[in-house]
Amino acid sequence: MTEEVAVLGAGMHPWGKWGRNFTEYGVAAARAALIDAGLEWRDIGAIIGADTVRGGYPGYVAGATFAKALGWQGARVTSVYAACASGAQAIEAARAQILAGLADVVLVVGADAAPKGFFRPAGGDRPDDPDWLRFRILGATNPVYFGLYARRRMALHGDTPDDFAQVKVKNSAMGALNPFARYRGRVTAEEVAGSAVVADPLRLLDICATSDGGAAVVLSSMEFARGHGQAEPVRIRAVSTVTPRYPNTVLDLPEIATDSAVAVDPPEETFRRSITRTAYEEAGIGPEDLSLAEVYDLSTALELQWYEDLGLCGEGEGVKLLRDGATALGGRIPVNVSGGLASFGEAVPAQAIAQVCELSWQLRGEAGDRQVVGARVGITANQGLFGHGSAVIAVR
Amino acid sequence: MVAGWFTGEGDDFRLLGTRCSACASVFFPREDHHCRNPDCGGGELAPVPLSRRGRVWSFTDSRYRPPSPYVTDPELSWEPCAFIAVELEPERMVVLGQAAPGITVAELAVGLEVEVVPGVLHEDAETTWTTWHWRPTGVTA
Ligand SMILES: [Zn+2]
Repeated sequence: MTEEVAVLGAGMHPWGKWGRNFTEYGVAAARAALIDAGLEWRDIGAIIGADTVRGGYPGYVAGATFAKALGWQGARVTSVYAACASGAQAIEAARAQILAGLADVVLVVGADAAPKGFFRPAGGDRPDDPDWLRFRILGATNPVYFGLYARRRMALHGDTPDDFAQVKVKNSAMGALNPFARYRGRVTAEEVAGSAVVADPLRLLDICATSDGGAAVVLSSMEFARGHGQAEPVRIRAVSTVTPRYPNTVLDLPEIATDSAVAVDPPEETFRRSITRTAYEEAGIGPEDLSLAEVYDLSTALELQWYEDLGLCGEGEGVKLLRDGATALGGRIPVNVSGGLASFGEAVPAQAIAQVCELSWQLRGEAGDRQVVGARVGITANQGLFGHGSAVIAVR
Repeated sequence: MVAGWFTGEGDDFRLLGTRCSACASVFFPREDHHCRNPDCGGGELAPVPLSRRGRVWSFTDSRYRPPSPYVTDPELSWEPCAFIAVELEPERMVVLGQAAPGITVAELAVGLEVEVVPGVLHEDAETTWTTWHWRPTGVTA
Protein backbone atom coordinates (compact mmCIF):
# COMPACT_ATOMS: atom_id res chain seq x y z
CA MET A 1 0.00 0.00 0.00
CA THR A 2 1.29 3.45 -0.94
CA GLU A 3 1.45 6.31 1.55
CA GLU A 4 -1.41 8.76 1.50
CA VAL A 5 -1.54 12.41 0.49
CA ALA A 6 -4.05 14.96 1.79
CA VAL A 7 -6.62 16.82 -0.30
CA LEU A 8 -6.48 20.24 1.36
CA GLY A 9 -8.67 22.07 -1.09
CA ALA A 10 -11.01 21.55 -4.03
CA GLY A 11 -12.46 24.11 -6.42
CA MET A 12 -14.39 24.32 -9.69
CA HIS A 13 -15.57 26.77 -12.25
CA PRO A 14 -19.16 25.95 -13.26
CA TRP A 15 -19.45 23.88 -16.47
CA GLY A 16 -21.24 25.35 -19.45
CA LYS A 17 -20.65 27.00 -22.79
CA TRP A 18 -19.27 30.24 -21.50
CA GLY A 19 -17.30 31.25 -24.56
CA ARG A 20 -14.30 32.44 -22.58
CA ASN A 21 -10.64 31.43 -22.58
CA PHE A 22 -9.88 28.16 -20.79
CA THR A 23 -7.33 29.97 -18.59
CA GLU A 24 -10.14 31.89 -16.89
CA TYR A 25 -11.84 28.65 -15.88
CA GLY A 26 -8.61 27.13 -14.60
CA VAL A 27 -7.61 30.18 -12.60
CA ALA A 28 -11.09 30.50 -11.07
CA ALA A 29 -10.98 26.84 -10.05
CA ALA A 30 -7.42 27.21 -8.72
CA ARG A 31 -8.28 30.26 -6.62
CA ALA A 32 -11.35 28.46 -5.24
CA ALA A 33 -9.22 25.45 -4.31
CA LEU A 34 -6.61 27.67 -2.63
CA ILE A 35 -9.29 29.46 -0.58
CA ASP A 36 -10.78 26.08 0.31
CA ALA A 37 -7.32 24.95 1.48
CA GLY A 38 -6.70 28.18 3.42
CA LEU A 39 -3.52 28.80 1.42
CA GLU A 40 -2.04 31.55 -0.73
CA TRP A 41 -0.74 30.92 -4.24
CA ARG A 42 2.72 31.85 -2.93
CA ASP A 43 2.55 28.92 -0.48
CA ILE A 44 2.42 26.46 -3.41
CA GLY A 45 5.66 24.65 -4.21
CA ALA A 46 4.58 23.00 -7.44
CA ILE A 47 1.80 23.38 -10.00
CA ILE A 48 0.64 20.61 -12.31
CA GLY A 49 -1.49 21.34 -15.33
CA ALA A 50 -3.70 18.75 -16.99
CA ASP A 51 -3.36 19.53 -20.68
CA THR A 52 -5.35 19.18 -23.80
CA VAL A 53 -4.21 19.24 -27.41
CA ARG A 54 -4.84 22.16 -29.72
CA GLY A 55 -3.46 22.29 -33.21
CA GLY A 56 -1.64 19.00 -32.69
CA TYR A 57 0.36 19.88 -29.60
CA PRO A 58 -0.43 20.40 -25.91
CA GLY A 59 1.29 23.77 -26.10
CA TYR A 60 -0.37 26.55 -24.27
CA VAL A 61 -3.07 24.47 -22.61
CA ALA A 62 -0.54 23.54 -19.96
CA GLY A 63 0.67 23.95 -16.38
CA ALA A 64 2.78 27.02 -17.02
CA THR A 65 -0.23 28.80 -18.54
CA PHE A 66 -2.01 28.62 -15.20
CA ALA A 67 1.20 29.56 -13.31
CA LYS A 68 1.61 32.65 -15.47
CA ALA A 69 -2.03 33.66 -15.03
CA LEU A 70 -1.81 33.23 -11.27
CA GLY A 71 1.44 35.23 -11.29
CA TRP A 72 4.93 33.78 -11.80
CA GLN A 73 6.25 32.87 -8.37
CA GLY A 74 8.89 30.28 -9.20
CA ALA A 75 6.90 27.12 -8.45
CA ARG A 76 8.03 23.82 -9.97
CA VAL A 77 5.83 23.10 -13.01
CA THR A 78 4.62 19.92 -14.71
CA SER A 79 2.31 19.57 -17.71
CA VAL A 80 0.45 16.33 -18.29
CA TYR A 81 -1.39 15.15 -21.37
CA ALA A 82 -3.28 11.85 -21.16
CA ALA A 83 -6.56 12.63 -22.95
CA CYS A 84 -9.51 12.02 -20.59
CA ALA A 85 -7.10 10.65 -17.97
CA SER A 86 -5.04 13.88 -17.95
CA GLY A 87 -6.52 15.02 -14.64
CA ALA A 88 -5.81 11.74 -12.90
CA GLN A 89 -2.25 11.65 -14.21
CA ALA A 90 -1.79 15.22 -13.00
CA ILE A 91 -2.93 14.10 -9.53
CA GLU A 92 -0.57 11.13 -9.80
CA ALA A 93 2.33 13.44 -10.66
CA ALA A 94 1.48 15.65 -7.68
CA ARG A 95 1.34 12.66 -5.39
CA ALA A 96 4.68 11.36 -6.64
CA GLN A 97 6.33 14.73 -6.02
CA ILE A 98 4.88 14.92 -2.51
CA LEU A 99 5.83 11.36 -1.58
CA ALA A 100 9.31 11.86 -3.03
CA GLY A 101 9.77 14.95 -0.89
CA LEU A 102 10.13 17.27 -3.88
CA ALA A 103 7.18 19.42 -2.79
CA ASP A 104 5.03 19.73 0.35
CA VAL A 105 1.98 21.25 -1.26
CA VAL A 106 0.96 21.05 -4.91
CA LEU A 107 -1.77 22.74 -6.96
CA VAL A 108 -3.36 20.59 -9.70
CA VAL A 109 -5.41 22.40 -12.36
CA GLY A 110 -7.37 21.30 -15.41
CA ALA A 111 -9.55 23.45 -17.65
CA ASP A 112 -10.85 23.57 -21.19
CA ALA A 113 -13.06 25.47 -23.55
CA ALA A 114 -14.37 22.68 -25.76
CA PRO A 115 -15.03 23.28 -29.44
CA LYS A 116 -18.63 23.06 -30.66
CA GLY A 117 -20.05 19.80 -31.93
CA PHE A 118 -18.22 16.48 -32.27
CA PHE A 119 -14.70 16.22 -30.95
CA ARG A 120 -12.31 15.80 -33.85
CA PRO A 121 -8.58 15.42 -34.34
CA ALA A 122 -6.19 18.27 -35.03
CA GLY A 123 -5.77 19.34 -38.64
CA GLY A 124 -3.39 18.21 -41.34
CA ASP A 125 -2.84 14.85 -43.03
CA ARG A 126 -1.62 12.57 -40.30
CA PRO A 127 -2.11 8.92 -41.32
CA ASP A 128 0.19 7.76 -38.50
CA ASP A 129 -2.36 9.02 -35.94
CA PRO A 130 -5.09 6.45 -35.16
CA ASP A 131 -7.43 9.26 -34.11
CA TRP A 132 -7.03 11.00 -37.47
CA LEU A 133 -7.46 7.68 -39.30
CA ARG A 134 -10.76 6.71 -37.70
CA PHE A 135 -12.25 10.04 -38.71
CA ARG A 136 -10.70 10.18 -42.18
CA ILE A 137 -11.27 6.57 -43.26
CA LEU A 138 -14.49 5.77 -41.42
CA GLY A 139 -16.08 8.94 -40.09
CA ALA A 140 -16.18 7.10 -36.77
CA THR A 141 -17.03 9.75 -34.16
CA ASN A 142 -16.99 9.12 -30.41
CA PRO A 143 -20.77 8.42 -30.36
CA VAL A 144 -20.22 5.68 -32.96
CA TYR A 145 -18.08 3.80 -30.44
CA PHE A 146 -20.61 4.47 -27.65
CA GLY A 147 -23.31 3.07 -29.94
CA LEU A 148 -21.26 -0.08 -30.60
CA TYR A 149 -20.84 -0.67 -26.85
CA ALA A 150 -24.52 -0.05 -26.17
CA ARG A 151 -25.67 -2.43 -28.92
CA ARG A 152 -23.23 -5.07 -27.71
CA ARG A 153 -24.73 -4.84 -24.20
CA MET A 154 -28.21 -5.27 -25.65
CA ALA A 155 -27.12 -8.40 -27.51
CA LEU A 156 -25.14 -9.88 -24.63
CA HIS A 157 -27.09 -8.87 -21.54
CA GLY A 158 -30.54 -7.92 -22.79
CA ASP A 159 -30.22 -4.25 -21.83
CA THR A 160 -32.84 -2.04 -23.48
CA PRO A 161 -32.83 1.60 -24.62
CA ASP A 162 -35.18 2.33 -21.73
CA ASP A 163 -32.62 0.94 -19.29
CA PHE A 164 -30.07 3.33 -20.78
CA ALA A 165 -32.53 6.20 -20.42
CA GLN A 166 -32.93 5.44 -16.73
CA VAL A 167 -29.24 6.24 -16.22
CA LYS A 168 -29.89 9.71 -17.62
CA VAL A 169 -32.98 10.08 -15.46
CA LYS A 170 -30.92 9.22 -12.37
CA ASN A 171 -27.92 11.40 -13.19
CA SER A 172 -29.97 14.42 -14.21
CA ALA A 173 -31.89 14.21 -10.94
CA MET A 174 -28.58 14.44 -9.04
CA GLY A 175 -27.09 17.04 -11.38
CA ALA A 176 -30.12 19.20 -10.63
CA LEU A 177 -28.72 19.45 -7.08
CA ASN A 178 -25.22 20.52 -8.18
CA PRO A 179 -24.53 24.24 -8.68
CA PHE A 180 -21.41 23.43 -10.78
CA ALA A 181 -23.31 21.27 -13.28
CA ARG A 182 -24.13 22.65 -16.72
CA TYR A 183 -27.53 20.96 -17.02
CA ARG A 184 -29.71 21.50 -13.96
CA GLY A 185 -32.99 20.17 -15.28
CA ARG A 186 -34.44 16.77 -14.42
CA VAL A 187 -34.89 14.62 -17.52
CA THR A 188 -37.62 12.02 -17.96
CA ALA A 189 -37.38 8.70 -19.80
CA GLU A 190 -39.92 10.07 -22.29
CA GLU A 191 -37.64 13.03 -23.03
CA VAL A 192 -34.71 10.69 -23.69
CA ALA A 193 -36.88 8.51 -25.95
CA GLY A 194 -38.10 11.62 -27.75
CA SER A 195 -34.63 12.96 -28.52
CA ALA A 196 -32.99 12.31 -31.87
CA VAL A 197 -30.98 9.14 -32.50
CA VAL A 198 -27.29 10.04 -32.78
CA ALA A 199 -25.74 6.59 -33.06
CA ASP A 200 -28.21 3.71 -32.90
CA PRO A 201 -29.38 2.76 -30.26
CA LEU A 202 -28.22 5.90 -28.46
CA ARG A 203 -30.10 9.18 -28.55
CA LEU A 204 -28.97 12.73 -27.96
CA LEU A 205 -29.82 12.58 -24.26
CA ASP A 206 -27.87 9.30 -23.87
CA ILE A 207 -24.63 10.99 -24.90
CA CYS A 208 -22.69 13.61 -23.00
CA ALA A 209 -22.17 17.07 -24.45
CA THR A 210 -18.93 18.98 -24.82
CA SER A 211 -18.49 21.80 -22.32
CA ASP A 212 -16.26 24.50 -20.94
CA GLY A 213 -15.16 24.06 -17.35
CA GLY A 214 -12.36 23.97 -14.83
CA ALA A 215 -11.42 22.04 -11.70
CA ALA A 216 -8.52 22.16 -9.25
CA VAL A 217 -7.29 20.47 -6.09
CA VAL A 218 -4.58 21.32 -3.58
CA LEU A 219 -2.69 18.24 -2.41
CA SER A 220 -0.12 18.04 0.38
CA SER A 221 1.88 15.66 2.51
CA MET A 222 0.10 14.38 5.62
CA GLU A 223 2.74 16.18 7.70
CA PHE A 224 1.98 19.50 5.99
CA ALA A 225 -1.76 18.93 6.47
CA ARG A 226 -1.35 18.34 10.20
CA GLY A 227 0.87 21.39 10.51
CA HIS A 228 -1.85 23.31 8.76
CA GLY A 229 -4.44 22.29 11.34
CA GLN A 230 -5.94 19.47 9.27
CA ALA A 231 -5.74 16.43 11.54
CA GLU A 232 -8.17 14.35 9.50
CA PRO A 233 -8.23 15.57 5.92
CA VAL A 234 -9.63 13.70 2.94
CA ARG A 235 -6.76 11.52 1.71
CA ILE A 236 -5.91 10.02 -1.62
CA ARG A 237 -5.05 6.39 -1.12
CA ALA A 238 -4.72 5.15 -4.68
CA VAL A 239 -4.21 6.46 -8.19
CA SER A 240 -4.39 3.87 -10.96
CA THR A 241 -2.83 4.86 -14.27
CA VAL A 242 -2.38 1.45 -15.88
CA THR A 243 -2.19 0.75 -19.61
CA PRO A 244 -3.98 -2.16 -21.31
CA ARG A 245 -2.34 -5.56 -21.65
CA TYR A 246 -1.72 -7.27 -24.98
CA PRO A 247 -3.86 -8.39 -26.62
CA ASN A 248 -6.51 -5.76 -25.87
CA THR A 249 -9.58 -7.46 -27.31
CA VAL A 250 -12.21 -4.77 -26.67
CA LEU A 251 -12.50 -2.27 -29.51
CA ASP A 252 -11.40 0.96 -27.82
CA LEU A 253 -11.38 4.51 -29.13
CA PRO A 254 -9.66 5.56 -31.32
CA GLU A 255 -8.72 2.16 -32.78
CA ILE A 256 -10.15 0.69 -35.98
CA ALA A 257 -9.43 -2.88 -34.86
CA THR A 258 -8.57 -4.81 -31.71
CA ASP A 259 -5.31 -6.62 -31.10
CA SER A 260 -5.36 -10.14 -32.48
CA ALA A 261 -5.48 -12.90 -29.87
CA VAL A 262 -4.19 -15.48 -32.32
CA ALA A 263 -0.70 -15.70 -30.81
CA VAL A 264 -1.37 -14.77 -27.18
CA ASP A 265 -4.55 -15.52 -25.22
CA PRO A 266 -6.37 -12.40 -24.03
CA PRO A 267 -5.79 -11.35 -20.40
CA GLU A 268 -8.32 -12.64 -17.88
CA GLU A 269 -9.75 -9.19 -17.28
CA THR A 270 -10.59 -6.31 -19.60
CA PHE A 271 -8.63 -3.05 -19.60
CA ARG A 272 -11.37 -1.22 -17.71
CA ARG A 273 -11.51 -3.94 -15.06
CA SER A 274 -7.72 -3.77 -14.64
CA ILE A 275 -7.92 -0.01 -14.06
CA THR A 276 -10.22 -0.39 -11.06
CA ARG A 277 -8.60 -3.56 -9.70
CA THR A 278 -5.24 -1.80 -9.59
CA ALA A 279 -6.78 1.04 -7.59
CA TYR A 280 -8.44 -1.36 -5.16
CA GLU A 281 -5.18 -3.25 -4.63
CA GLU A 282 -3.20 -0.07 -4.03
CA ALA A 283 -5.79 1.20 -1.55
CA GLY A 284 -6.20 -2.14 0.20
CA ILE A 285 -9.97 -1.98 -0.12
CA GLY A 286 -12.66 -3.63 -2.23
CA PRO A 287 -15.88 -2.57 -3.93
CA GLU A 288 -17.83 -3.55 -0.81
CA ASP A 289 -16.09 -0.74 1.10
CA LEU A 290 -17.22 2.04 -1.24
CA SER A 291 -19.62 4.80 -0.21
CA LEU A 292 -19.86 6.29 -3.71
CA ALA A 293 -18.33 6.25 -7.19
CA GLU A 294 -17.84 8.86 -9.91
CA VAL A 295 -17.46 7.24 -13.34
CA TYR A 296 -17.11 8.43 -16.91
CA ASP A 297 -20.66 8.25 -18.27
CA LEU A 298 -19.74 9.33 -21.80
CA SER A 299 -22.94 7.51 -22.64
CA THR A 300 -25.67 6.14 -20.41
CA ALA A 301 -24.83 2.58 -21.51
CA LEU A 302 -21.18 3.07 -20.58
CA GLU A 303 -22.11 3.89 -16.98
CA LEU A 304 -23.71 0.43 -16.71
CA GLN A 305 -20.49 -1.09 -18.00
CA TRP A 306 -18.54 0.70 -15.25
CA TYR A 307 -20.78 -0.83 -12.54
CA GLU A 308 -19.50 -4.20 -13.66
CA ASP A 309 -15.91 -3.07 -14.16
CA LEU A 310 -15.93 -1.56 -10.65
CA GLY A 311 -17.10 -4.90 -9.27
CA LEU A 312 -20.31 -3.35 -7.90
CA CYS A 313 -22.17 -6.28 -9.46
CA GLY A 314 -21.49 -9.27 -11.66
CA GLU A 315 -21.03 -9.13 -15.42
CA GLY A 316 -24.29 -8.34 -17.17
CA GLU A 317 -25.98 -7.27 -13.92
CA GLY A 318 -25.53 -3.51 -14.32
CA VAL A 319 -29.14 -2.92 -15.29
CA LYS A 320 -30.40 -4.89 -12.30
CA LEU A 321 -28.26 -2.76 -9.98
CA LEU A 322 -29.69 0.38 -11.57
CA ARG A 323 -33.29 -0.86 -11.45
CA ASP A 324 -32.89 -1.79 -7.78
CA GLY A 325 -32.01 1.83 -7.08
CA ALA A 326 -28.60 0.87 -5.66
CA THR A 327 -26.76 3.53 -7.68
CA ALA A 328 -29.17 6.41 -6.98
CA LEU A 329 -28.78 8.89 -4.15
CA GLY A 330 -29.84 7.02 -1.00
CA GLY A 331 -29.01 3.66 -2.60
CA ARG A 332 -26.36 1.17 -1.49
CA ILE A 333 -23.64 2.61 -3.76
CA PRO A 334 -24.59 5.92 -5.39
CA VAL A 335 -22.85 6.50 -8.74
CA ASN A 336 -22.33 9.96 -10.25
CA VAL A 337 -24.05 11.91 -7.49
CA SER A 338 -22.35 14.96 -9.02
CA GLY A 339 -24.64 14.44 -12.00
CA GLY A 340 -21.79 12.92 -14.01
CA LEU A 341 -20.87 13.86 -17.53
CA ALA A 342 -24.59 13.63 -18.28
CA SER A 343 -24.98 16.87 -16.31
CA PHE A 344 -21.54 18.39 -16.82
CA GLY A 345 -20.49 17.53 -20.37
CA GLU A 346 -16.88 16.96 -21.28
CA ALA A 347 -14.15 19.46 -20.50
CA VAL A 348 -11.49 16.85 -21.09
CA PRO A 349 -8.49 17.87 -18.93
CA ALA A 350 -10.72 19.05 -16.07
CA GLN A 351 -13.12 16.17 -15.68
CA ALA A 352 -10.96 13.62 -13.82
CA ILE A 353 -10.04 16.40 -11.37
CA ALA A 354 -13.70 17.39 -11.03
CA GLN A 355 -14.46 13.79 -10.07
CA VAL A 356 -11.94 14.06 -7.22
CA CYS A 357 -13.45 17.43 -6.17
CA GLU A 358 -16.81 15.71 -5.82
CA LEU A 359 -15.30 12.89 -3.74
CA SER A 360 -13.62 15.48 -1.49
CA TRP A 361 -16.83 17.38 -0.81
CA GLN A 362 -18.77 14.18 -0.27
CA LEU A 363 -16.19 12.73 2.13
CA ARG A 364 -16.13 16.00 4.08
CA GLY A 365 -19.93 15.98 4.27
CA GLU A 366 -20.13 19.29 2.38
CA ALA A 367 -22.10 18.17 -0.69
CA GLY A 368 -25.36 19.82 0.35
CA ASP A 369 -28.57 18.33 -1.05
CA ARG A 370 -26.70 15.59 -2.89
CA GLN A 371 -24.73 14.44 0.17
CA VAL A 372 -24.21 10.68 0.49
CA VAL A 373 -24.87 10.13 4.19
CA GLY A 374 -21.81 8.95 6.10
CA ALA A 375 -19.54 8.80 3.03
CA ARG A 376 -16.11 7.38 3.97
CA VAL A 377 -14.63 5.90 0.78
CA GLY A 378 -15.03 7.01 -2.83
CA ILE A 379 -13.62 5.94 -6.19
CA THR A 380 -13.40 7.67 -9.56
CA ALA A 381 -12.95 5.82 -12.84
CA ASN A 382 -12.31 6.86 -16.39
CA GLN A 383 -10.52 5.83 -19.52
CA GLY A 384 -8.57 8.15 -21.78
CA LEU A 385 -7.96 7.84 -25.50
CA PHE A 386 -4.87 5.90 -26.65
CA GLY A 387 -4.78 3.51 -23.65
CA HIS A 388 -4.74 5.88 -20.68
CA GLY A 389 -6.39 4.32 -17.63
CA SER A 390 -7.47 6.25 -14.58
CA ALA A 391 -9.01 5.63 -11.16
CA VAL A 392 -8.56 7.49 -7.88
CA ILE A 393 -9.59 6.29 -4.43
CA ALA A 394 -10.10 8.84 -1.65
CA VAL A 395 -10.94 8.13 1.98
CA ARG A 396 -11.88 10.00 5.12
CA MET B 1 -3.56 8.17 -48.11
CA VAL B 2 -3.17 4.78 -46.43
CA ALA B 3 -1.29 2.40 -48.65
CA GLY B 4 -1.61 -1.37 -48.58
CA TRP B 5 -4.64 -1.85 -46.34
CA PHE B 6 -6.49 -3.99 -48.85
CA THR B 7 -5.88 -5.88 -52.07
CA GLY B 8 -7.65 -7.60 -54.94
CA GLU B 9 -10.97 -7.11 -56.67
CA GLY B 10 -14.39 -8.73 -56.61
CA ASP B 11 -14.35 -12.07 -54.80
CA ASP B 12 -10.60 -11.75 -54.30
CA PHE B 13 -10.90 -8.49 -52.34
CA ARG B 14 -9.24 -8.80 -48.93
CA LEU B 15 -8.20 -6.59 -46.05
CA LEU B 16 -4.44 -6.72 -45.74
CA GLY B 17 -2.71 -6.90 -42.37
CA THR B 18 0.75 -8.02 -41.38
CA ARG B 19 1.91 -11.11 -39.52
CA CYS B 20 4.96 -11.47 -37.28
CA SER B 21 7.25 -14.30 -38.41
CA ALA B 22 8.38 -14.95 -34.83
CA CYS B 23 5.11 -15.13 -32.86
CA ALA B 24 2.42 -15.21 -35.60
CA SER B 25 0.62 -12.14 -34.20
CA VAL B 26 -1.55 -10.43 -36.80
CA PHE B 27 -1.96 -6.67 -37.05
CA PHE B 28 -4.57 -4.50 -38.71
CA PRO B 29 -4.11 -1.73 -39.66
CA ARG B 30 -0.79 -3.13 -40.79
CA GLU B 31 2.15 -2.85 -38.41
CA ASP B 32 5.34 -2.58 -40.47
CA HIS B 33 8.00 -1.74 -37.92
CA HIS B 34 7.83 -3.64 -34.62
CA CYS B 35 5.76 -6.58 -33.40
CA ARG B 36 3.56 -5.31 -30.55
CA ASN B 37 3.45 -8.56 -28.61
CA PRO B 38 5.39 -7.63 -25.43
CA ASP B 39 6.78 -11.16 -25.11
CA CYS B 40 8.02 -11.36 -28.69
CA GLY B 41 11.65 -10.78 -29.51
CA GLY B 42 10.54 -9.38 -32.83
CA GLY B 43 10.24 -11.00 -36.21
CA GLU B 44 9.73 -9.98 -39.80
CA LEU B 45 6.35 -8.41 -40.47
CA ALA B 46 4.95 -9.72 -43.74
CA PRO B 47 1.67 -8.80 -45.41
CA VAL B 48 -1.17 -11.25 -44.79
CA PRO B 49 -4.73 -11.18 -46.17
CA LEU B 50 -7.40 -11.29 -43.46
CA SER B 51 -10.42 -13.58 -43.51
CA ARG B 52 -13.01 -12.52 -46.02
CA ARG B 53 -15.93 -13.37 -43.76
CA GLY B 54 -16.70 -12.82 -40.10
CA ARG B 55 -19.55 -12.28 -37.66
CA VAL B 56 -21.02 -9.03 -36.38
CA TRP B 57 -19.57 -8.15 -32.93
CA SER B 58 -21.66 -5.02 -32.78
CA PHE B 59 -23.10 -2.32 -35.03
CA THR B 60 -24.38 1.22 -34.97
CA ASP B 61 -24.80 4.17 -37.30
CA SER B 62 -24.01 7.84 -37.63
CA ARG B 63 -27.14 9.95 -38.01
CA TYR B 64 -25.16 13.18 -38.19
CA ARG B 65 -22.44 14.21 -40.59
CA PRO B 66 -19.01 13.41 -39.11
CA PRO B 67 -16.54 16.32 -38.90
CA SER B 68 -13.38 16.64 -41.01
CA PRO B 69 -11.04 14.99 -41.80
CA TYR B 70 -13.95 12.82 -42.99
CA VAL B 71 -14.75 14.09 -46.47
CA THR B 72 -18.38 14.53 -47.49
CA ASP B 73 -20.16 16.73 -49.95
CA PRO B 74 -21.89 19.46 -47.91
CA GLU B 75 -24.19 20.10 -50.87
CA LEU B 76 -25.82 16.71 -50.35
CA SER B 77 -28.04 15.89 -47.39
CA TRP B 78 -26.45 13.46 -44.95
CA GLU B 79 -27.58 9.87 -45.29
CA PRO B 80 -27.11 7.84 -42.08
CA CYS B 81 -24.10 5.59 -42.43
CA ALA B 82 -24.04 2.21 -40.67
CA PHE B 83 -20.93 0.78 -39.02
CA ILE B 84 -20.17 -2.86 -38.35
CA ALA B 85 -17.53 -4.21 -35.99
CA VAL B 86 -16.71 -7.69 -37.25
CA GLU B 87 -15.19 -10.59 -35.36
CA LEU B 88 -12.77 -12.57 -37.55
CA GLU B 89 -12.52 -16.02 -36.05
CA PRO B 90 -9.19 -17.25 -37.44
CA GLU B 91 -7.46 -13.97 -36.58
CA ARG B 92 -9.30 -13.63 -33.22
CA MET B 93 -9.73 -9.91 -33.74
CA VAL B 94 -12.46 -7.34 -34.36
CA VAL B 95 -12.28 -4.97 -37.34
CA LEU B 96 -14.52 -1.92 -37.70
CA GLY B 97 -15.78 -0.73 -41.05
CA GLN B 98 -18.62 1.07 -42.75
CA ALA B 99 -21.49 -1.09 -43.92
CA ALA B 100 -21.98 -1.32 -47.68
CA PRO B 101 -24.15 1.49 -49.08
CA GLY B 102 -27.85 0.89 -48.54
CA ILE B 103 -27.34 -1.40 -45.53
CA THR B 104 -29.10 0.01 -42.45
CA VAL B 105 -29.04 -1.03 -38.81
CA ALA B 106 -32.48 -2.58 -39.31
CA GLU B 107 -30.84 -5.32 -41.39
CA LEU B 108 -28.11 -6.10 -38.88
CA ALA B 109 -27.82 -8.30 -35.80
CA VAL B 110 -24.96 -9.32 -33.53
CA GLY B 111 -23.68 -12.69 -34.76
CA LEU B 112 -24.81 -12.18 -38.38
CA GLU B 113 -22.30 -13.31 -41.03
CA VAL B 114 -20.81 -10.52 -43.13
CA GLU B 115 -18.15 -10.32 -45.81
CA VAL B 116 -15.70 -7.67 -46.86
CA VAL B 117 -16.36 -5.94 -50.19
CA PRO B 118 -14.62 -3.12 -52.04
CA GLY B 119 -16.20 0.31 -51.73
CA VAL B 120 -15.74 3.97 -52.48
CA LEU B 121 -14.94 6.34 -49.64
CA HIS B 122 -15.14 9.54 -51.64
CA GLU B 123 -14.59 10.80 -55.13
CA ASP B 124 -14.05 14.13 -56.77
CA ALA B 125 -13.25 15.18 -60.32
CA GLU B 126 -9.70 13.85 -60.20
CA THR B 127 -9.61 11.04 -57.67
CA THR B 128 -11.61 8.11 -56.38
CA TRP B 129 -10.65 7.02 -52.86
CA THR B 130 -11.39 3.33 -52.36
CA THR B 131 -12.11 1.61 -49.07
CA TRP B 132 -13.57 -1.60 -47.59
CA HIS B 133 -17.18 -2.18 -46.61
CA TRP B 134 -18.85 -4.94 -44.62
CA ARG B 135 -21.95 -6.49 -46.18
CA PRO B 136 -24.20 -9.28 -44.88
CA THR B 137 -23.50 -12.46 -46.85
CA GLY B 138 -26.16 -13.33 -49.38
CA VAL B 139 -26.84 -9.67 -50.09
CA THR B 140 -25.74 -8.51 -53.50
CA ALA B 141 -25.33 -4.90 -54.42
ZN1 LIG C 1 5.94 -11.10 -32.73
